[in-house]
Parts: sequence; C-alpha cells; structure tokens
Amino acid sequence: MKKNASRALTLVQRLALAPYSVWAVLFIVVPLFFVAYYAFTDQQFRFTTENLARFFTATSQITDEAGTREVHTYLLIFWRSLKLAVISTVICLVMGYPFAYMISRASARTQSVLITLIMIPMWMNFLIRTYAWMTILQDTGILNGFLGLLGLGKLHIIGTESAVVIGMVYDYFPYMILPIYSVMAKMDVKLLEAARDLGCSPAGVLRRVVWPLSLPGVISGVTMVLIPSISTFYISQKLGNGKFYLIGDAIESQYAANNLHFAAAIAFILMIILLAGMAVMQRHANRRAVA
Amino acid sequence: MKTASKIYTGLVMVFLFAPIAILLVFSFNSSKSLSVFSEFSLHWYEELFRDSVTLGAVRNTLVLAVSAAVISTVMGTAAAVGIHKLRSRYLRAALDTVTNIPMINPDIITGISLMLMFVFVGRLFGAATSLNFVTMLIAHVTFCLPYVILQVLPKLQQMDKALPEAAMDLGCTPLRAFVKVEVPEILPGILTGLIMAFTLSLDDFVISYFTSGNGFQTLPIRIYNMTKKTVTPKMYALATIIFFVILFLLLLSNLSDADTAKAVKEARKKRKDKREK
Repeated sequence: MKKNASRALTLVQRLALAPYSVWAVLFIVVPLFFVAYYAFTDQQFRFTTENLARFFTATSQITDEAGTREVHTYLLIFWRSLKLAVISTVICLVMGYPFAYMISRASARTQSVLITLIMIPMWMNFLIRTYAWMTILQDTGILNGFLGLLGLGKLHIIGTESAVVIGMVYDYFPYMILPIYSVMAKMDVKLLEAARDLGCSPAGVLRRVVWPLSLPGVISGVTMVLIPSISTFYISQKLGNGKFYLIGDAIESQYAANNLHFAAAIAFILMIILLAGMAVMQRHANRRAVA
Repeated sequence: MKTASKIYTGLVMVFLFAPIAILLVFSFNSSKSLSVFSEFSLHWYEELFRDSVTLGAVRNTLVLAVSAAVISTVMGTAAAVGIHKLRSRYLRAALDTVTNIPMINPDIITGISLMLMFVFVGRLFGAATSLNFVTMLIAHVTFCLPYVILQVLPKLQQMDKALPEAAMDLGCTPLRAFVKVEVPEILPGILTGLIMAFTLSLDDFVISYFTSGNGFQTLPIRIYNMTKKTVTPKMYALATIIFFVILFLLLLSNLSDADTAKAVKEARKKRKDKREK
C-alpha cells in the first residue's frame, strides 16, 4: 500500500512539470517563431525576404566634418552598437575586475557591506539612473559647474558617444562585478598561498592562479554587460541626444511606427548574431576548460 | 584594506552614488532647476502626491509584481520538482535550453517576440487592441520563471536523498514526507525565487514597454513617458522615495540575516555544550 502511495507521489511530482512545459512552449518557444514569421512576411503575411534585404541594403546620407557621405543605414547602426557595447564592456571589466578581487579579499563584514552598496543602484529604475546622468552631463549641468569652479573650463559630453558609453558603464557595472566576485569569494585561499610558497611572484599568482580560476565569472560578467548594452534603446536616446541610433533604437522606432515586420526582421538578425557569438564564446570557454 | 584599495573603493562609490545623491538633493529644490539649488522645499513631493496618474501606476506595478511573483513561484517550484524527478537526459537538456532562453535573450527580443504573438492572436479574434493587463502578466511570469527554477532546483539537488526515505521508514506517508522533509529543505530557494521574481517584475521596463496596452501603465512606463517631455523634479521626489524604500528593505533583510546567523551559531553552541556534558 505504501509502495502504491509512493508511486502515486512520484507520478504527481512528474506531472508538476506539465504546466511549466506547456507555458514554456507557448510563451518562450512559439514567440521566437513569430519573430521569424514576421521577419519573412509582408503586411499581408505573404512570404518575402525584403525586410531582411532592407537591413543590409538600405542607405542614407549623413553629413559630418568629413562631408556628406552615403552609408548603409542599418549596417552602420549595428556596427556602432557593437562598438559602443564592446567599449563599455571592456571598461566595466577593467574597472570591475580589480574591484571584485579587492572585495573578495576583504573581511566578511566589509564584503557584505560593499556588495549591498553595489546592489543599491541596481534597484533604482534604470530610466531614472540614466536620466540623472543626463542632468549631470549637460552643458549647463553639475559636472561643468564643478569643473568651472576648479577653473578647468567646460566639457561638451552630452550628445557624444562618450556620454552613451558612460551611461552603459554606469547602468551595467554591477552586473560585471557580482558574477566575478561570487567566483572569487569561493576561491580557495590555500591555492594562492601555495603558489606563493612555490616561488610565484604576486603578479604571477594573479596571472596563473587567480585569472584562470575567475574565468567563468568573467565570462558571465561579460555576457551580462554586453547583451543589454548592445540592445539598449533608452540610454542612446537620452545621453546621445538621439544622434547615435543603436540597434535597439532601430527596433523600437519601427515598433513605434507600427512597422512590425521590419522590427521583427531587425530583432531576428540581432538574435541570430548574438546566438552565433555566444556559441563561439562557449566553445572557446569549453576548450580552455579542457586545456 | 590597503590605502590604494580604499581610495579605489571610494572612487567607485562616488561614481555609483553621485547620480543618486543629485536626485536626492534636487528633489528638495524649490525651483525647477536641476543644476542650481535655490532653497529647501517639499513642493515637488506635494506635486507628486497630487499626481493621480503616477500613484495609479505605482498601484498597477505592485499588483502586477505580486501576481507575477506568486504565479511564477508556484509554477516554477512545481517545475523544479518535476525536472528533478526527470529521468530522460534528452528531455532534461531540452528543458534546460528552453529555460535559459529568456535569461540569455536581450529583453528587447523577449518583448518583441511576445508582442508579435499577442498581436497576431488578437487579430485572429478580431480584437482592435490585444495588449492589456493579461498580456503583461503573461510576459512577466515568463521572464520570472527561469529565475525561480534556478533558485529551487539546486536546493533539491543538494538535498540528501536519504532524508525523505528515512522519514518514510519511520512511518511517514510519502506525501507527509514530502511536505515535512522536502519542502522545508527547499524553502530558502523558494523564498529567494519569490523575492527575485518580485523585484524583476517591479523593475522591468523593456518587456513591459512592448507588451503593455494603453490602459495599463506601470511605474517604469510612467517614468518613460514622463522623461519624454521635460522632467520636473517631481520625478526626482519619486526616485528619492523609491531609494529610501529600497534602503529600508535592505537594512531589514540584512538585520534578519544577521539574526538568523546568530540563532544558528547559538543553536550550534548549545548542541556542542550538550555533547560535552
């Protein structure tokens, strides 16, 4: 009798998976097919590759210091998104890695205080945080007021690519620190001591022991900064004065203009590129792990 | 910590908190300026509490976050139990992949993909607008689920398999063993999942932006609409209030953490004392 009850419970536990499975198929898998479906159809839902072709061939004229040129609109936007996202990710890594290391070597009490402090800005809405930077970086903003007090003249930052990078670094910095820190905090201190006892220089310990061990944290930190910054659409509008359209802005503006099929096409291309990039990174990481 | 580390920590903290400090200070400014502080006033707080649209958005956000958190925690916990019992390796791998999708995909793609489906299905039924509270709730539950599963599943895997068996050997029915032994073991994971789902839902802008209709506005969407035009320090007052609520909740959770740690320590000591006697 007990055996029957036990079997019944196992059955119930297996059935517990059913609602989620249905949900995941309906709301995770099927919507992705809708992206592809819209990307490959026109307004009347007839098959077309025009939306995708438009991404690669649409041109527009831009005028800057170098004169007027004809450019591939969306390829330029994509290239710019990639460039700014990579720059922001590198800055986050360079700033965040030593900081994560410092936290992980501090006393338990200091660790928990610092981690809490890093997490507080994350819980402020990112729109508000970005907007705050806009008021700081404005030509008549606080930064320039401060520089003026020091007699250092003024900086024109708002509406430049630097402003967009500052916004991305600020918004996603905690996402770099937290995964690296959590890997480093679990690192066995004895390994570092052993390396030192065996004659490794402090720099050697960092390069040969700390860095390889922290690599999984670095990889997840890099993904967690790179992906949102490549696809953001608010930061560039506010801090770039709308001059630096990013791939996210392109999707959003097509959506706002009710151009759903082209919005889907851009999203589809972004998705494919990110998936390919991630697969390459994963393979590289696996090979490193095996070696 | 060494001096260099302290200086570096200080600089990082200035970078992280300067924008927040500026919001705080200028929310008490009597004039509209965001760079010159004239005099202290609570004017913008009064304005905020008269703004019924924003207050309505706060209520909407809370309703949505609580519903999404509860639904995703119940469904996610059940899913974790089911995944844990799963024998087929292929099914397991397939489920893991699907569960990872909302976490890896950029929010904008999750948002767009759900929106396209809702619009398409809505059109099938001839609805003029198909985006409303329900579509938003579905979207929020969808992106919260993986985080809940990811919190609960490791707790199940860490649990000693002998525990429920021992309970049954000692006369528990299987159901009772599950409720009395397994559930308490995974409870911390369930609670962390619930809190994560709640905060994720509370803070989400991008996915909400694509899946919300005209009728239902959450706070992040309200803020987005406010920042489209020139912003009054009313929004800064709102940010200040949010900041202090977060600070209060964090302190509370830190205190309770410290209390639990202390309680655990004392219990251990007591047990040790008993053994020594």
